[in-house]
Amino acid sequence: MTAPNGQAWLDMYASMLRIRLFEEQVNDLYTSARMPGLAHLYIGEEAVAVGVCAALRDDDYITSTHRGHGHCLAKGASVDRMFAELLGKEAGYCKGKGGSMHIADQQKGNLGANAIVAGSVGIATGAALSAKKRGTDQVAVCFFGEGALGQGLMYECMNMASLWKLPVVYVCENNLYNEYTHYLETTAGDISQRAASFGIPTHESDGQDVRGVHAAAAEAVRRARAGEGPSFLLFRTYRQKGHHVGDIDRAYYRSKEEERKWAEERDPLKVFGEALVAEGVFDAVAFERVEEEVRTQIAEGVKFALEAPYPQPEEVAMDVYA
Amino acid sequence: MPEQAVAGRQLTMAEAVREAIAEEMRRDPTVFLMGEDVAEAGTPFKVLKGLLEEFGPERIMDTPISEPGFTGIGLGAAMTGMRPVVDIMFGDFLFLALDQIANQAAKVHYMSGGTLKAPIVIRTTLGATRRSAAQHSQSLHAIVSHIPGLKVALPSTPYDAKGLMKTAIRDDNPVVIFEDKMMYTVKGSVPDGDYTIPFGQADVKRSGDDITLVATSSMVFVALAAAEMLAKEGISAEVIDPRTTVPLDVRTLVDSAIKTGRAIVIDEGYQSYGVTAEIASVITEGAFYNLDAPVRRMGAMDVPIPFSPALEDLTVPTADRVAGLARELCRKGN
Repeated sequence: MTAPNGQAWLDMYASMLRIRLFEEQVNDLYTSARMPGLAHLYIGEEAVAVGVCAALRDDDYITSTHRGHGHCLAKGASVDRMFAELLGKEAGYCKGKGGSMHIADQQKGNLGANAIVAGSVGIATGAALSAKKRGTDQVAVCFFGEGALGQGLMYECMNMASLWKLPVVYVCENNLYNEYTHYLETTAGDISQRAASFGIPTHESDGQDVRGVHAAAAEAVRRARAGEGPSFLLFRTYRQKGHHVGDIDRAYYRSKEEERKWAEERDPLKVFGEALVAEGVFDAVAFERVEEEVRTQIAEGVKFALEAPYPQPEEVAMDVYA
Repeated sequence: MPEQAVAGRQLTMAEAVREAIAEEMRRDPTVFLMGEDVAEAGTPFKVLKGLLEEFGPERIMDTPISEPGFTGIGLGAAMTGMRPVVDIMFGDFLFLALDQIANQAAKVHYMSGGTLKAPIVIRTTLGATRRSAAQHSQSLHAIVSHIPGLKVALPSTPYDAKGLMKTAIRDDNPVVIFEDKMMYTVKGSVPDGDYTIPFGQADVKRSGDDITLVATSSMVFVALAAAEMLAKEGISAEVIDPRTTVPLDVRTLVDSAIKTGRAIVIDEGYQSYGVTAEIASVITEGAFYNLDAPVRRMGAMDVPIPFSPALEDLTVPTADRVAGLARELCRKGN
């Protein structure tokens, strides 16, 4: 893969902005009681999904998490069908049967968001095994949060991925909180060492810097494609909002000052946007154009989803078996 | 007709399973097998002996002792174009892998609105009386039969074992197939060449008029032995093997109960909340007005399976006890 140029950076910025505005819209839909269920917002972590997915081809695989809207969008899902799924509409990616935590998009290699923490590690690793068996050079990326490090499945799969040199990239988003508990209260030792002990190369860096994320992902994907086996990428990031939209009062587990600092000083869109302007890649006009395009897309997507019909009752018993 | 009447070679249950897998692997290059000690060892029961030599380590894969991990990896491979057969050595170990089976494999097709498929076969074992104690003797097919999205097969003869395994491998859904470890050396007729047995089609193993004995897996021979004893006393028992608990051939079971007016359901899973309860209920709902006696359940005792032979043998239905209950029901109805 050649190094990204100015246009590619603009595209990544637009992709991050799309996720941000999508999530703000989700928050609005949820708090105005137009969206049922749960919503786990990805705001503040956009650089990880976008930086990693920009290093992938359409036919590469990803698996995602309960906080998965960002991964799905970054891998190419369309805003309108995403919103439709979140609202439980027939036009959604899963005909309204999956909802926010289960968006899958086979056309773009998205094998599904997963509401069991670490639940998709086997699926991603198995997709990598499959790619190897079928003789393709596809790569699988497994996104998970640092909370998934508590699950034994993770280590069973990393062991096999290393033994069998599978083309899988494990992407750990350390957003500091396992739901409402700081990860240092739940996580002993050094995170990267856990993967390193299986002989898996590791990389750790700032998850708020999309270009850094992209460079690390591109190298891990290159290795995987070349048959050199799995990698483990650990990105330090921050969940700006609560565990889910209803998690408003967070003072018992983290300070307002901490939230302010990450939002004002380490926001991935702000960091990237300012850098692009400073480097002359991005001027005010380009910025406005991108924002207008994305805002229009979001507005049209929400409108589409709100107006779309619900599934017919007979749909409830369909798709249980293939 | 009972499969014993089909002309063909005599194969053991183990040979029939192995032949089914080998033929499917020759037919379809996406089929592969993974699990603990499946390659050189060919499983502790030697069921898969010789497959490594024919297909090599890429397709007969030994895994670490990581049931959740390799079940999940099998699932991911199934979702992306392969047809894995995942070997879980003892049915008891299903509990280790249940998240991957019940929360993941069973739901992926539905949750994705029908876009993703998981053609994975999980082959495992059931059955007590092997003196293996509480963690290597359970019959847990009810657990997986409870979860929508899974299919569950339980062969009771070499013929059924081969045909059901082939159907399982070709099915586009996750299938859990249970083999009774005590029956691997039992021989039966298996015709040459390719055949499959459709899921959801019960097999009448013996025809009769006075009472229906519905039996699964290991309990089919128990029921047949009971029927033989009863025949000598002038009681004609029909023995039906559903062969798959999901899908269940309700029609055949209900029709038989309507004909005989009495039914006992015999299964080696724990009795409470089990396969016997579900099948008894289905029969009662369908045949109630034609029944002469309540439909009765005979499952394994609701105890952790004990080690001592003196105790273990008490936990599983026997031909004597099945015949005794059948006699009682037939007397009451007359």
